[in-house]
Amino acid sequence: MRRFLLRLVFVLTLPVVLLAVWWAASDSSTDVYWPPLRTILKTFPDVWTADRLRTDALPSILRLSAGYATAAVAGVALGTVIGSYRRVRAVCEPVLEFLRAVPPPVLVPVIMLFAGIGHTMKILVIAIGCVWPILLNTVEGVRAVDSVMAETARSYGVKGFARLRHVVLPSASPQIFAGLRQALSIGIILMVISEMFAASNGLGFTVVQFQRGFAIPDMWTGILVLGLLGFLLSVVFQLVERRVLGWYHGLRATTRRSR
Amino acid sequence: MKGLNLALGAAGLAAFLLLGEAVPRLGLVKEAYFPPTSRIAGALGDELADSAFWTALGDTLTGWAVGLAVAACAGVVAGVVISVVPYLREATASTIEFLRPIPSVALIPLAVLLYGTELRSVLLLVVYASFWQILIQTLYGVQDVDPVAEETARSYGLGTWARIRYVLWPTALPYVMTGLRLAAAVALILTITAELVIGAPGLGARIAVAQTSQAVPDMYALVVVTGVLGLLINVGARSVERRALAWHQSVRGEVAV
Repeated sequence: MRRFLLRLVFVLTLPVVLLAVWWAASDSSTDVYWPPLRTILKTFPDVWTADRLRTDALPSILRLSAGYATAAVAGVALGTVIGSYRRVRAVCEPVLEFLRAVPPPVLVPVIMLFAGIGHTMKILVIAIGCVWPILLNTVEGVRAVDSVMAETARSYGVKGFARLRHVVLPSASPQIFAGLRQALSIGIILMVISEMFAASNGLGFTVVQFQRGFAIPDMWTGILVLGLLGFLLSVVFQLVERRVLGWYHGLRATTRRSR
Repeated sequence: MKGLNLALGAAGLAAFLLLGEAVPRLGLVKEAYFPPTSRIAGALGDELADSAFWTALGDTLTGWAVGLAVAACAGVVAGVVISVVPYLREATASTIEFLRPIPSVALIPLAVLLYGTELRSVLLLVVYASFWQILIQTLYGVQDVDPVAEETARSYGLGTWARIRYVLWPTALPYVMTGLRLAAAVALILTITAELVIGAPGLGARIAVAQTSQAVPDMYALVVVTGVLGLLINVGARSVERRALAWHQSVRGEVAV
């Protein structure tokens, strides 16, 4: 119990101190750009009503999930194919390295040409920007499958889909998750930027709108919402990762024990 | 073996460029949207001959380098201080975990209001984004310090500064280098983003201008330039990493024997 309390103190002290400092330092602020934290928090519930969450936050999150899911499926599938064949890998590698090196935000103007400024454009931008880290990490993971495991599976005649399902993907999954984590932060960046460029709704659009209208406290609440969204998504990601990879580590642990 | 891989890679690249030439020529996509490789190459040539292009490249590289340098210094110093001072790590963990995933692009409106299209608004975004990469890696690196080495140094009476210099820093360096490599890529992304969205002078702003003025081949040429820049930064960071850690492998080798 004491240890738990101590941990709680450690977890909470600094955030509380920082918030208090922000509150106190900005309390009598008359600077237009740095409104008092009091004002920002008071504006928050007025701005982010359930209605606005539905019209702005929800579309953003849906587009992000659609793009991210597409990237995940395409990246893992292509990465598995490329990683499994040495020749294919040698042919594709320089091109892939180049495509990954292109900073993803420049995709926004390019894809606007093809897909206009609707949902498709935003989902495409997110998908194409997120796919590279997932793809390249999958290639690395698939390539680095433990050779003893691969040989054992071969000698037991585990082939095709079963081999993929039980040998290749599980052993590549830690790498794949590293790629998925990188892709998540790129995805959020692209979600916001694609909405700042051309949109009629979404979080990025709203925040820029507040900024242009000099509704500064409202803009600050928008920044806070984006921050909270980033934080929540990373928590969700960690939970999923712990579940998926926990199963993997658990399997490894039991095989080791039964050996 | 290596030669074969190189040849295959070159073949892949050539096939990619050929595909880029053939697809619009055959009318599979409209040429207005996706110009053939040769026209992009032509536009790239025009860009290279234009002095405004080189100014923009210089602006982008300045934003990138200054932002990365500030983030690297701040990240390393903060990381070392947090790990050396007792209890500071536990006390900061929750705050770092909370602040890190906040997307740096959320700060774009604030940067615009505060600094307009100045270099400083680019720097605000770049420093915020790359700082976390370096801080986190430094923290991991310091955690990796061998407790025996640490205790030995302590019992030989090495002061805090000497312990940082001879025990902590060499252990943390490989992690810091990884952080630096990641941060270099992130810094480029954010520099270009800031220029693209805010309109601060640089390659990103040039892309935005090319897009609004329908100069499609120029836009693609500039995108290619940013890709090459990213590639060079990646390769450069890797070679710096290898050089800075050359001693590391040898030290490791001796210990293993």
